[in-house]
Amino acid sequence: MSAPTTIRTLLEVEDLHVHLGESHILQGVSFKVPAGGVTALLGRNGAGKTTTIKAILGLVGRSGSIRLLERELTRMPTHQIVRLGVGYVPEEREIFSELSVAENLKLAERDKKPRYDLVFELFPELKQRRAQAAGSLSGGQQQMVAIARALLNENQIILVDEPTKGLSPLMVTNAASALKRAAQAATLLLVEQNLQVARTLAEKVVVLDQGRVAYTGDVAELMADPALARRYLGVGGH
Amino acid sequence: MSTVILLLVTGLGLGALYFLIASGLSLTYGLMRVLNFAHGIFLTVGGYASWWIAVRLPIGEPWRFLIALAGCMVVGAIVAAAVEVSLIRPLYRRHIEQVLVTVGLALAFTALVQGIFGPDPISYPAPGWTQGVTQLAGANIPNSRLLAIAVAAAVFLLLAAFLRFTRWGLIVRAGVENRSMVTALGIDVQRAFTLIFALGGVAAALAGALGALYFGNIDPQRGTATLIFAFIVIVIGGLGSFTGSVLAAVVVGLLQQFINYYSSVYWGFSAAGDLSVVLLLAVVLLWRPQGLLGRSVG
Repeated sequence: MSAPTTIRTLLEVEDLHVHLGESHILQGVSFKVPAGGVTALLGRNGAGKTTTIKAILGLVGRSGSIRLLERELTRMPTHQIVRLGVGYVPEEREIFSELSVAENLKLAERDKKPRYDLVFELFPELKQRRAQAAGSLSGGQQQMVAIARALLNENQIILVDEPTKGLSPLMVTNAASALKRAAQAATLLLVEQNLQVARTLAEKVVVLDQGRVAYTGDVAELMADPALARRYLGVGGH
Repeated sequence: MSTVILLLVTGLGLGALYFLIASGLSLTYGLMRVLNFAHGIFLTVGGYASWWIAVRLPIGEPWRFLIALAGCMVVGAIVAAAVEVSLIRPLYRRHIEQVLVTVGLALAFTALVQGIFGPDPISYPAPGWTQGVTQLAGANIPNSRLLAIAVAAAVFLLLAAFLRFTRWGLIVRAGVENRSMVTALGIDVQRAFTLIFALGGVAAALAGALGALYFGNIDPQRGTATLIFAFIVIVIGGLGSFTGSVLAAVVVGLLQQFINYYSSVYWGFSAAGDLSVVLLLAVVLLWRPQGLLGRSVG
C-alpha cells in the first residue's frame, strides 16, 4: 500500500473580481493550480479566461487574492510578478514585429543562462530566422517566438493563452508538442479552445462560465460526461 | 547661389535645434503616450544653466563653453528626471491631468525664470569662434549654425546607437510597439521611461545652450516658443518615430528659413515661414494622419 501523496498548490486564486468599464467580467473567481503538469482553463467565448490570465499578471485592475507559493501578487506590478517565475504566452502572440527574432528573444532573457538550447531544439526554424523581422514571420512562426520567450527562462508557472488559435493543423501539432515539453519544466495554466489539445495536455481543468467558476476537477471526468461538457463548453465531450 | 547655401545651412541649423528638442518629446510619447507640454522648460533650463556657469567660470575658451555645455546637460537631465518622477509618474494614463499639469508647469516655470532673471533677453557670453563665419561655396556661414548642426548630428548618432545597440534601447523600441508586453516579460518599463525622459532633458538643454549661440541671447520665453515647432515636427514626423522627427525637423527648419527669407525680400512679410510650417502640418495631417514615418492606428 503506497503512502498518500499530497499535491502542493502552486497558484491560488481567491475571490477574484475584474471590472472593465461598466462590465463586471470576473465575479469572484476562485481556483487552485497544483504544482506540476497542466491545468486547463476552459469556457465559452467571453467566459473570462483571458481576463483571468491578465488579472494574474496584473495587466488589468483586479481585487481579491492571487498567491504564488503563498506570496500575494495583487499588490505587485507586472514586471515583479513575472520575475517571480511567471511566464506568459499571450493570446494574440504580441511579438514585437519591428524587432528581429533574435531581439525578441533577447528582450525576454531574465536568467543568467537563457535556455537557447531548449528553444532551438524545439524550434530549429527560429535559429535560421534569427535576423528576420518578427513581423514578417508566418502566424505559426510568430507563435513559436511567443512560446520560445516563455521557455527561455526557468519559470514556476507559464500562463498560456490560446496557443493554437488560428494555426494550421500541422502547427497545432507542433505547438502542442512544444507545450508538452514545456510542461516537463514548469507548471502550465492553459487557456485552450481546441478541446482535443486541452484533453491531450491537461490533467486538471477549471471551467469558467460568465465570470464564475462553474467546474473544477479532472479533464477526463469532464470529457467523459457529455451533458456536463455540453453545458459548460457547448460540445459533446467525446 | 551663396544666399541659397546660407539659407540651406541656417535652415539646417534651425532644424538641428528643433530635432534636439523634438527627439526627447517623440521618444517619451512613443514609449508612454505622454505629451509633455513642459518639455520646453528643459530648453530654458539648458540656456540659463549654461549662461550661469559660463559667466562665473574664470577660465578661457574653449573650456569655459565646453564646461558650461556639460553643466547644462547635467542640469537638464536632473530637472527632467525630477519632473518625470514627481509630476508625470503619478499621472500615468491620466492624459487630461498630464496636459493640465505640464501646461501649468511650463507657465509657472517661465514666470519663475522671469521673476529671478527678469523678463528681458540676456546677452550670452558666446565664445569668439562661434561668432565668426566660415566660407562655404561663396557663402559666409555663421559658425554657431555649423556647431548646432554638428552637435545635433552627434546627438542623432548617439541616440540611434543607444536605441540600436543597447538593452535599454531594445526596451525602448519594444516599448514603443507594445509597452504592456514588455512589462509582461519582467521588465520595468518605468525605469526606461525615466531614462528616456532624462535623455530628452539633456538633448533639450543642449538645444537651449546652442539656441543661445544661435540667437545671441537667452530668453525666458524661448522654451515655450520653440516647443510649438517641436510639436509640429513630431506630428509631421509621426508621433513616436525617432527617425521621423529627424526628417521632419530638417524639412520644417529649411521650409521656415527659405520662406521667411524670400517672403521678407519680395513681400516685406517675414512671418510667412512660420505660417507655411502650420500649412505643412495641415497638409500632412490630411494626406497622412499618422505623419511621415508614423504607424497608422487601427
